[in-house]
Amino acid sequence: MSGPTVSRSTRASRVAMIIGFVGLIVLIAAPWWAGRADLRLMGEIYLYLSLACLWNLMAGYAGLVSVGQQAYVGFGGYMLFALSIFGGLNPVVAILLGGVLAAIISVPVAALMFRLKGAYFAIGTWVMAEVFRLSFAQIQPLGGGSGTSLPVAIVKELGAKKAAREATSYWLALGAAVAVLLAVYLLLRSRRGLALTAIRDSEVAASGLGIDIWRTKLEVYVVTSAFTAIIGGLIFLQKLRISPDAAFSVNDWTAFVIFIVVIGGIGTLEGPIIGTLLFFALREVLADFGTIYLMVLGAVAIVVMLKAPKGVWGLIRERFDLELFPLSYRVRTKDD
Amino acid sequence: MSALLSVSGLQKSFGAVVVADATSFDVASGEAVGILGPNGAGKTSLFNLITGALKPSGGRITFDGADITASSAAARCKMGIARSFQIPQPFGGMTVFENALVGATQGAGLSGHEAEQYAMDVLDQTGLLARANTRAGTLTLLERKRLELTRALAAKPKLLLLDEIAGGLTEAECQSLIATIKDIHAGGTTIIWIEHVVHALMAVVERLIVIDFGKKIAEGAPKPIMESAEVKEIYLGVDPDV
Ligand SMILES: Nc1ncnc2c1ncn2[C@@H]1O[C@H](COP(=O)(O)OP(=O)(O)OP(=O)(O)O)[C@@H](O)[C@H]1O
Ligand SMILES: [Mg+2]
Repeated sequence: MSGPTVSRSTRASRVAMIIGFVGLIVLIAAPWWAGRADLRLMGEIYLYLSLACLWNLMAGYAGLVSVGQQAYVGFGGYMLFALSIFGGLNPVVAILLGGVLAAIISVPVAALMFRLKGAYFAIGTWVMAEVFRLSFAQIQPLGGGSGTSLPVAIVKELGAKKAAREATSYWLALGAAVAVLLAVYLLLRSRRGLALTAIRDSEVAASGLGIDIWRTKLEVYVVTSAFTAIIGGLIFLQKLRISPDAAFSVNDWTAFVIFIVVIGGIGTLEGPIIGTLLFFALREVLADFGTIYLMVLGAVAIVVMLKAPKGVWGLIRERFDLELFPLSYRVRTKDD
Repeated sequence: MSALLSVSGLQKSFGAVVVADATSFDVASGEAVGILGPNGAGKTSLFNLITGALKPSGGRITFDGADITASSAAARCKMGIARSFQIPQPFGGMTVFENALVGATQGAGLSGHEAEQYAMDVLDQTGLLARANTRAGTLTLLERKRLELTRALAAKPKLLLLDEIAGGLTEAECQSLIATIKDIHAGGTTIIWIEHVVHALMAVVERLIVIDFGKKIAEGAPKPIMESAEVKEIYLGVDPDV
């Protein structure tokens, strides 16, 4: 055929894939080359990256600007403790089951929250997360308001020795981040992803072209909530201790995540990755300055929002027409 | 011929502004109908009601034999109604090709290579193929209007609703647009076209409906309608085309 053809990969995306693959192998081997503190930090980075990717999918694509995803982080964390302490489940199984339970709970929550629009939706999700926090603070077997620790016997299921446990915990975090990135990438690349991207850009045009907005949003909300709960489980598997205030912290699990997504570039797959790296770079540099650190984060967010509303990745993409994940379609005529 | 679209007793107002006042009309399968009326008459609102972007407070809409009054906008598109927006609503972060592909996959229900090929065919037909890889958010207003037409066509509608797509074109561009729309019509697509560029409208449509203050005030063959007293009164000094 001599007509134009359609392709999706670009040279940049092929290079990015090779680099990504090599990088992944290096990261998998980290327990052999990195120190304990570095391993911990990297595990935390992976989990934040996952939370950011998920929030970006929900807010950046489906337009569900929730400030209450800490509800699912905390829920997943508590399910790890409850199911492993009282259900006798292996911690990893408990975390996965927590994801399933979060999916189930997120359906009625969505039915309620989706009645609210815009700012009311944001406030509604926050209130809902507070309801979660207050509810879990009532559960005395889980330590009520002051929380509880993961019993040593359960922790040992991850490995008899401390080094082995830390490696397992690291690999779980890395695996989760890879799974989340891959899932979001495959979703966005599919036909449904095209519909979701259309919703991102214009809901009224999307529904006029046959896309069921409500259903698509519900699916995204349920899936992101389930994954968020799994990440929450992994976060508290690293911490080994949970309390309502830590589990349902709007600061830790939503404000920082929004910061990451906004400075990286909302509504793009690359944005949360760049944002996570910038966030942790800032945090490490400013770690010794206490509250100044939060003020600098706030200032950076404001400057980025004013000067580059599409985030750092938005700037890069506009200047170089780059794409690391091959999502776009490119039409090529013969003479290209 | 049987009616593809039937609107009866449609009622809608925004506060004191009545945009549909007991509006009734039929459009037969394969017909091309023009809609005229002064600014703010309720023409775009009528499209919003037909496509489900607005819910009427009274009346009934049937399409292809089914009552769609309570159907969602998405369901109506899947049944075969697609529209262009007067104020373009491009998927700005997506390329022109991807915009068309949304129509082909979500509206027309095509997938894979078939969908891609169809999206390219439609882009070729509307003259946007050369812009296929351009981000839609960077298009000019005229290109955006063309994209509206493209995207609606890509959904393979039985009924195509066009809302002011000829404004601002040069005479040559306007002639080529007329030819494109005639082509689409000749292919069996039923068309309702809202247009202030009267000569373009007259070149395509077989029947005219005139709306003022949400009320249908005239309906019939284009020539006698244009010469009627009501239309002359409305358009006097409003549109240099008449
Ligand atoms: N969503 C809305 N809320 C409130 N008022 C509206 C809304 N949509 C339309 N209107 C009002 O209804 C009236 C009819 O608007 P409509 O867009 O249907 O007119 P039109 O005939 O398409 O005009 P034009 O030729 O300028 O496109 C206008 O007065 C407009 O301001
Ligand atoms: Mg209008």
